[in-house]
Amino acid sequence: MMKRWQALKRLLPLLAMFSLLLSGCGREDLSVLNPQGPVADGQLGLIKLSISIMILVVIVVFAIAAYVLVKFRRRPGQKEMPVQVEGNHKLEIIWTAIPLLLVIVLAVPTIQQVFASGEDKWKQEGVLQVEVTGHQFWWEFNYPQYDVTTAQELLMPVGREVALQLKTADVLHSFWVPSLAGKTDTNPDGTINHMSFSTEKPGTYIGKCAELCGPSHGYMEFRVKAVEADAFDRWVESTKAPAVLPEDTQLAEKFKTNCLSCHAVGDQGGFTGPNLTGIGSRETVAGILLNDSNGAKGSSPVKDNLVQWLQDPQEVKPNNTMPDPKDLGFTDEEIEQIAEYLANYKLDY
Amino acid sequence: MAQAQAQGHVHGDHHHSVKRYTGIMDWLTTVDHKKIGILYLLAGGFFFGIGGIEAILIRLQLIKPMNNFVSAQVFNELITMHGTTMIFLGVMPIIFALMNAVIPLQIGARDVAFPFLNSLGFWTFLFGGILLNLSWVMGGAPDAGWTAYTPLSSEYSNSHGVDFYTIGLQIAGLGTLIGGINFLVTIITMRAPGMSYMRMPMFTWASFITSAMILFAFPAITVGLVLLSFDRILGANFFDVAAGGNPVLWQHIFWIFGHPEVYILILPAFGIISEVIPTFARKRLFGYSSMVFATILIAFLGFMVWAHHMFTTGLGPVANALFSIATMLIAVPTGIKIFNWLFTMWGGQITFTSSNLFAIGFIPTFVMGGVTGVMLASAPADYQYHDTYFVVAHFHYVIVGGLVFGLLSGLHYWWPKMFGRMLSEPIGKWTFWTFCIGFHLTFFVQHFLGLLGMQRRIVSYLPHQNFDTMNLISTIGALLMGVGILLFLYNIVVTSMKPMNAAADAWEDGRTLEWSIPSPPPEYNFKQTPLVRGIDAFWKEKMAGNKAMTPAEPVGSIHMPSPSILPFVMSLGLFIAGLGFMFSREDFSNSFMSFIFNNYLVLIIGLMITFGAMITRSLIDDPGYHIEPEEQEEEVRA
Repeated sequence: MMKRWQALKRLLPLLAMFSLLLSGCGREDLSVLNPQGPVADGQLGLIKLSISIMILVVIVVFAIAAYVLVKFRRRPGQKEMPVQVEGNHKLEIIWTAIPLLLVIVLAVPTIQQVFASGEDKWKQEGVLQVEVTGHQFWWEFNYPQYDVTTAQELLMPVGREVALQLKTADVLHSFWVPSLAGKTDTNPDGTINHMSFSTEKPGTYIGKCAELCGPSHGYMEFRVKAVEADAFDRWVESTKAPAVLPEDTQLAEKFKTNCLSCHAVGDQGGFTGPNLTGIGSRETVAGILLNDSNGAKGSSPVKDNLVQWLQDPQEVKPNNTMPDPKDLGFTDEEIEQIAEYLANYKLDY
Repeated sequence: MAQAQAQGHVHGDHHHSVKRYTGIMDWLTTVDHKKIGILYLLAGGFFFGIGGIEAILIRLQLIKPMNNFVSAQVFNELITMHGTTMIFLGVMPIIFALMNAVIPLQIGARDVAFPFLNSLGFWTFLFGGILLNLSWVMGGAPDAGWTAYTPLSSEYSNSHGVDFYTIGLQIAGLGTLIGGINFLVTIITMRAPGMSYMRMPMFTWASFITSAMILFAFPAITVGLVLLSFDRILGANFFDVAAGGNPVLWQHIFWIFGHPEVYILILPAFGIISEVIPTFARKRLFGYSSMVFATILIAFLGFMVWAHHMFTTGLGPVANALFSIATMLIAVPTGIKIFNWLFTMWGGQITFTSSNLFAIGFIPTFVMGGVTGVMLASAPADYQYHDTYFVVAHFHYVIVGGLVFGLLSGLHYWWPKMFGRMLSEPIGKWTFWTFCIGFHLTFFVQHFLGLLGMQRRIVSYLPHQNFDTMNLISTIGALLMGVGILLFLYNIVVTSMKPMNAAADAWEDGRTLEWSIPSPPPEYNFKQTPLVRGIDAFWKEKMAGNKAMTPAEPVGSIHMPSPSILPFVMSLGLFIAGLGFMFSREDFSNSFMSFIFNNYLVLIIGLMITFGAMITRSLIDDPGYHIEPEEQEEEVRA
């Protein structure tokens, strides 16, 4: 008994170190250091290579600096002049050649990856095409192969390459899912960008806007949700299903005339706001209010988040373009009902 | 205002009397490079303080997740103004302060080549800076980031903030361009006899190359700012896609200026370090000629790498690959410099004055900023770093850990030469340690914040993302840096109360010409132009057993430029014209205001003031005045 305890005691610091190391790499749905797909994996490879080279450089410089600073301090009473050295050609050549070599070591894989990742996979066989459009301050995802549009949550099947075409509807944004792939800017028409990524691991990955786009730039988050292939097919099916409107006809009418002039549910509504089809089964409201569907830390029930958003959209995302529902004549009670309806608008997949 | 009429001396042809002012008029009219240096330091220090307060406010907002200390709009104004103020109005002027205070002395000149222009450069910078900062009280500061990417800065910015940015920077940029040209000409034409290019001190070399870079880089931002203000104020469409423009064009123009700007900032710091380290190691700079060529190479490559700020813009693999390689290459000349500094100290006798502490602290800190720069140069890896806190950490390591350390080193080093008083060493050391530790606390953790997924320029962040602790540490570090700067200010105040008794060769091991003349120097600097007989001219004379430089001319009457209020008036005119242009489309509730602004009357009045002053300058001959040998004696005795 005693012995086992001692063994455990010896293991404890090791375990602590290990968990520290793991937590040091950050969340696996968010961290660059914890990649979940081949693209981010390759990028981390380059990061590791460059960090190793640079740590080497830093160690050499620090060591010489430390030696010099200790060895060549001016001692009290030191009167004689140090030898005035003009320079040294051999040394100069060494510290020109070695950095040049190190640069080449880093440059070769860099160029390989630049060209590999620069390839446009949009027209390749078997890829999932997604058109990404950045808006102040939300993301629109359109699947031209399936004629489906959604917002804030990019759904993708695992194991299938996703090819993106990115553009913006207003100012520049940048599409970034750290654990799946580095970022690409969304430019206006005429300079449309492309990128691609994939993952084998089902899960939800956090995406962020990485280009200053206005006051709510920091709140312009989104999710990439990787699911099994058949679940993806079911999601497409249920997204295409006819819209479900609130049961209360008066509320449904109000919802239609107000909300659906910008938003869409199913086959009804407009296109200027985020598509709301199945919003009840998304992991966030407005990208920044976390729903408790998968027990994320700091999350709340979907309905509470929807109420919070509808009560004061400007409080959650300053400068967003949605009109205040109260200005449109929604009472607190109606906001409750709309939230209730949207929270229960779930997709089965 | 008190004015003293200087006695007109009858001495050959030199018969003119000239107005010499005292008090505040003296400062408004001065064309003396030493006084203009002090003005640059005061104004630059003032704006540096504003930028610093903005930085502290940013860090206080980010101290904890979902903080509500400032609103999202104000936060964007703070980050924009912090960057713009620090770069254009804080560190650039302090660089110009040191260049003004030191360069003519280092090359054995009595003033800069164009003293009047020197004054004009200062006043345009100051009025541009004031205009930009007026935005805080006139309807909101610019909020599109210091990079002002379109269309966020054009169609999607409805306040006048970005107008203040374009017009203010335009006016301030004029001052920088004027200053750059002035120093180019000064260094080319006004070196003392015997000072060949390859005998110039490194700080002079660095300032020379920086001035050349200013000459090529600032026209780019000038063009960009004109296009952007035309888009915003006159309804042009340079950056509007719907009308055939292109927002990516702005990014190119901005960074064709913006990247060289980074080297415009850092090269003078390299120069300062190359002066301070040899002085306090009592050993000549190791590999002087390779230092010169490395500096030139950095400047040249600095113009070839702008698109590495745009790897994620979508320029395509060929551009990304080329700009990756070009950027990595800069590591080579920079590495040469680092090793040369280390080997300057090797075999020397190092004393750790506060000036030298900053110079020594610069080396490892700058190396850390440099290596992350090479990491960023790898384009595919940059897709991950770009626009995250990793980049924020990188450029603060370079600009604060590099440039600001260099400036603080230079200020401690040349303070006795500028003001005749030695800064307190104990307080200086406290300044160094608080600032240095605070700096690393603030920015080291930010590398990891970026890698863990925190993007830049966000007003707040959700909890539970592993960001909280590191942001707290970062804020504590920022406060400590603030303490360091306050200690420096305290040092200045304490020092200014002490008697003016700094020796000419204040550090006893001065190597360059500025240490051969009194601290502070008389207004004509050198009573007799010195003869330069080698690199480290003053050191060479001292080693040969001489107490002073060998003069290259007999004692004689010294011709001086007259002071003038015209540069101030010209800049004031530009300031008024700028405000007039900016509000030319504004609907005022007051019909008189609408009348004068909407009919461009304010713009016209401003331009008339400026052109009037220019015509006055052209028509009225300025013969300057002379300081006769007897007067020179009197001044020395006084």
